[in-house]
Amino acid sequence: MILTATFLSAFAGAALILLLPERQAPLARWIALLTALTGLGFASAAFVGYDNTPAAPHFQYLTRIPWVPSLGISFSTGADGISLVMLVLTGIIAVTGVLFSWNVSHRSRAFFAFYLTIIGGVYGVFQSFDLFLLFVFYEIVIVPKYFLIAAWGSTNRQYGAMKLTMYSVAGSALVLLALIATYAASGAHSFDLFTLADPAKVHFAPAFQAWAFPVMFIGFAVLAGMWPLHTWAPTGHVAAPTAVSMLLAGVVMKLGSYSALRVAMTLFPQGLEQWRMVIAVLATAGIVFGALVALAQKDLKFTVGYSSIAHMGFVLLGLMTLNLAGLGGSVLQMFSHGIIGGLLFAVVGRMIYDRTHTRDIAELGRMNLTKALPFAALTFTIASVASMGLPGFSGFIAEFTILSGSWKAFPWLLIPAGVGVVITVAFTLRALQQVFFPSGEPSADVHPFDPITFPEKLGALMLIAATLFIGLFPSVLLDPILRSFHSPLMQKLLVEVPK
Amino acid sequence: MTFLTLIPFVGALLVALLPSQRAARTLGLAFLLGALAVAGAIALTYDRAAGGLQFVEHHAWIPPLGVEYFVGADGLTVMLLLLTTLITPFALLSAGPGISKLQVTLILLLETTLLGTFTALNFIHWFLYYELSLVPAFLLIRSAGTQASTTAALRFFIYTLLGGLLILVGFLAIQLAAGTFDLIRLGQMGASLDGLLAARFGGPFAGLLVFSCIFLGLAVKVPVVPFHTWLPDAYTEAPSSVSMLLTGLMSKMGVYGFLRLLVPLFPQRMQDLATPLLWLALATIIFSAFNALVQTDLKRILAYSSVNHLGYCLLGIFAVAAVPLGAPAARAAATNGVLLQIFNHGLTASALFCFVGFIESRSGGRRGLGDFGGLRTAAPVLAGLMGIALFSSLGLPGLNGFIGEFLIFSGTFKLVWWATALAAIGLFVTAVFLLTLIQKVFTGPLPERWAKFPDLTAGEIATVAPAIALMFLLGIYPQVLIALFNKP
Repeated sequence: MILTATFLSAFAGAALILLLPERQAPLARWIALLTALTGLGFASAAFVGYDNTPAAPHFQYLTRIPWVPSLGISFSTGADGISLVMLVLTGIIAVTGVLFSWNVSHRSRAFFAFYLTIIGGVYGVFQSFDLFLLFVFYEIVIVPKYFLIAAWGSTNRQYGAMKLTMYSVAGSALVLLALIATYAASGAHSFDLFTLADPAKVHFAPAFQAWAFPVMFIGFAVLAGMWPLHTWAPTGHVAAPTAVSMLLAGVVMKLGSYSALRVAMTLFPQGLEQWRMVIAVLATAGIVFGALVALAQKDLKFTVGYSSIAHMGFVLLGLMTLNLAGLGGSVLQMFSHGIIGGLLFAVVGRMIYDRTHTRDIAELGRMNLTKALPFAALTFTIASVASMGLPGFSGFIAEFTILSGSWKAFPWLLIPAGVGVVITVAFTLRALQQVFFPSGEPSADVHPFDPITFPEKLGALMLIAATLFIGLFPSVLLDPILRSFHSPLMQKLLVEVPK
Repeated sequence: MTFLTLIPFVGALLVALLPSQRAARTLGLAFLLGALAVAGAIALTYDRAAGGLQFVEHHAWIPPLGVEYFVGADGLTVMLLLLTTLITPFALLSAGPGISKLQVTLILLLETTLLGTFTALNFIHWFLYYELSLVPAFLLIRSAGTQASTTAALRFFIYTLLGGLLILVGFLAIQLAAGTFDLIRLGQMGASLDGLLAARFGGPFAGLLVFSCIFLGLAVKVPVVPFHTWLPDAYTEAPSSVSMLLTGLMSKMGVYGFLRLLVPLFPQRMQDLATPLLWLALATIIFSAFNALVQTDLKRILAYSSVNHLGYCLLGIFAVAAVPLGAPAARAAATNGVLLQIFNHGLTASALFCFVGFIESRSGGRRGLGDFGGLRTAAPVLAGLMGIALFSSLGLPGLNGFIGEFLIFSGTFKLVWWATALAAIGLFVTAVFLLTLIQKVFTGPLPERWAKFPDLTAGEIATVAPAIALMFLLGIYPQVLIALFNKP
């Protein structure tokens, strides 16, 4: 129950906010904060309570209630290490997102209600083991996203919201198509992942896998920002209000990569084998092009938006290695990028844009921000260093593990991926330098911006603490993650690479 | 060990939280002196008779990646810990009371990463500190606040970061082949590592490639000519107290890297490639000496001079690696020379930058060779003390610089005589440019505008006095250091 409590509490919080009378609207953010904290509490309790001893079962907290028995649909949730890491990430981003939305006053009830609905949906996806249920949660995330961006967003918000939704819906359509085909082809009369992915019970013909895998994988990977289907992400991230960019980069993109791993890859290992190289190349292209495009941006938020594409490229590359290091690193990178990406968007969107009303890098450089907003400068510096992958922060261990895994699987991709790392350093430094440490004598006059508020500081410190802690003690996450790849469900993904 | 690394870190946190600017310097200094005391205690308790690795702490950290928390110290480490904890407070003091809270914090952080680099014995653990040191160094260089320092800092950062990435790639390959990041275990594998790399990646080029990656990364850091181009700007544009840290300590990370990461892991390859490596060392020595000769900016002269002196370290390292067997006495002499030179150069070069900082603070930022003359009459104490440091750099017997270079030369001459003969050109040119410097700045007629050039204050004398005293002590009785890495 502790698991289901995560999304139940989020939905309950959303409902409670909608029931608030008009004059109590300022209470909405407090309810949202309490709800998010409750969710984080449940997720953390589940993580801490997860039995990691070798004899313990891989999947714990299992709940299974028949739902539509005639179609083989059940309400089936549970968690292994991978799920739990993603659930904790969701909790952290949910709480900090509320903290960075503390200044939302325009129709705040609707804002926080939509916000909590997304959070509930994300919690749901990360624990569903019934494909129908998973898909329902997956769809719950998409609709509120549109409204949040279109109503509370900034630059070009209608366009950004529509583009993002169209891509998401198109991706979902592919997933749905593949799901129905899978259900029909399996003959097992079940949407249960454990049943469908068990080769002893269900056999998918190689010819079927050869097309069902790419359809389903790409459907999910759209949401993960896989190149060249990534263009919704930067536009959408930029148009979104801060908390929503944090959610998008922090957890929603991870829905795509998580589901691709959990569903598409476990269902169709043979299809995966055929398409593995193609996807690995696309992932590497995402790393390199994402970084290159970020290097050319004039808009600070676009720079961060494209950096997400590069970092998610590492996630997808790691998934394709099919060895323990690559897969484990990939899940760790999902967590790491969630935290670091969230932090970057928080600084750029809330701390800077809400005060300066510009995101133009050159213009920001003239504002002497280091003096005007020293806390923002410090936070952005730390986030940049973490994003560059300097050791001591979570990004280093994650990308390092992925590179180590992909060296075993695709030695020839190491050079372009390495180039991507170098360009990532370059564009991050460029943004940092031009915005906060512009060359030339800084202008003496300091713009009188509102000081950074306490909720912002608290949120930033939480995220910094998370990336530092995982950077120094990655085993906390890595042990349960790696263990999870030995479960019957995931184990078959591990391929011994011929020497 | 862990305790030592943590002292400046805790200090940095406390200084950052201090409300006042003035107390920052005092508090920072207290922590730096605390670290010095602990390092001194480590040096005194280090069991010389037993030698080898001591004070070892070994804990699991990230078992699936083979990353361990592994620290320990041998004689080389102990010496570097002493050097680090000595030079850092020296640099802090030399900056004068005007130093900002941010700079004190960054200096403390830099010391943490330096101490960490010198004590870590698992590659990833080492790399963590090695890379993190770039961040405080980057911010310190640009704390000069000029446009040029910004550019120089960025160049420094990018060059060394790319170098670091190459080292990382190299060690990733080593880990895949040998299955461990443990530097001590890898060192024990030594000769067999090449075979493992060839077996894992197919082909004899694998070993060479990995070797080249690590070599290049370290060569940028030291630096070795022609990978030095970031250095003159960084040393010149940084505030003098920061240049002291750069030349005195950060360059030693590179030399230390050669001794800990490269030589023990690739003994055979070092031997095979000895001739080109020696040529690189010679290029470093000679090229930088001639460059120093034609510079007119005091800091730039010292920057090239610093490269030149590090070149002698490389010469010694490569010469010893070239002749792995035989001539034990010559090898021992050269090795001891290299280790002494590391310490002496750290001491002398940072003292010189400190003096230039003093001059700069009096001349309103001027530091051209032609700007001065006759300062000896206006500021006799400055001239005398800086003269001692210059002569130490030049290698005058009785001062610390002599013994290290003498041991290197006498050792390498028996190992590879031709390289030693050529390196002597560098020695000669060094003497020329250092004497020119003394002549142009301190002797001759005193220009009108420097007639009131103030001499060193008591505080400044107190800052440099320990360094000068050490130069004499080590020049006369180098045994205090030599005993650290030789069994009695």
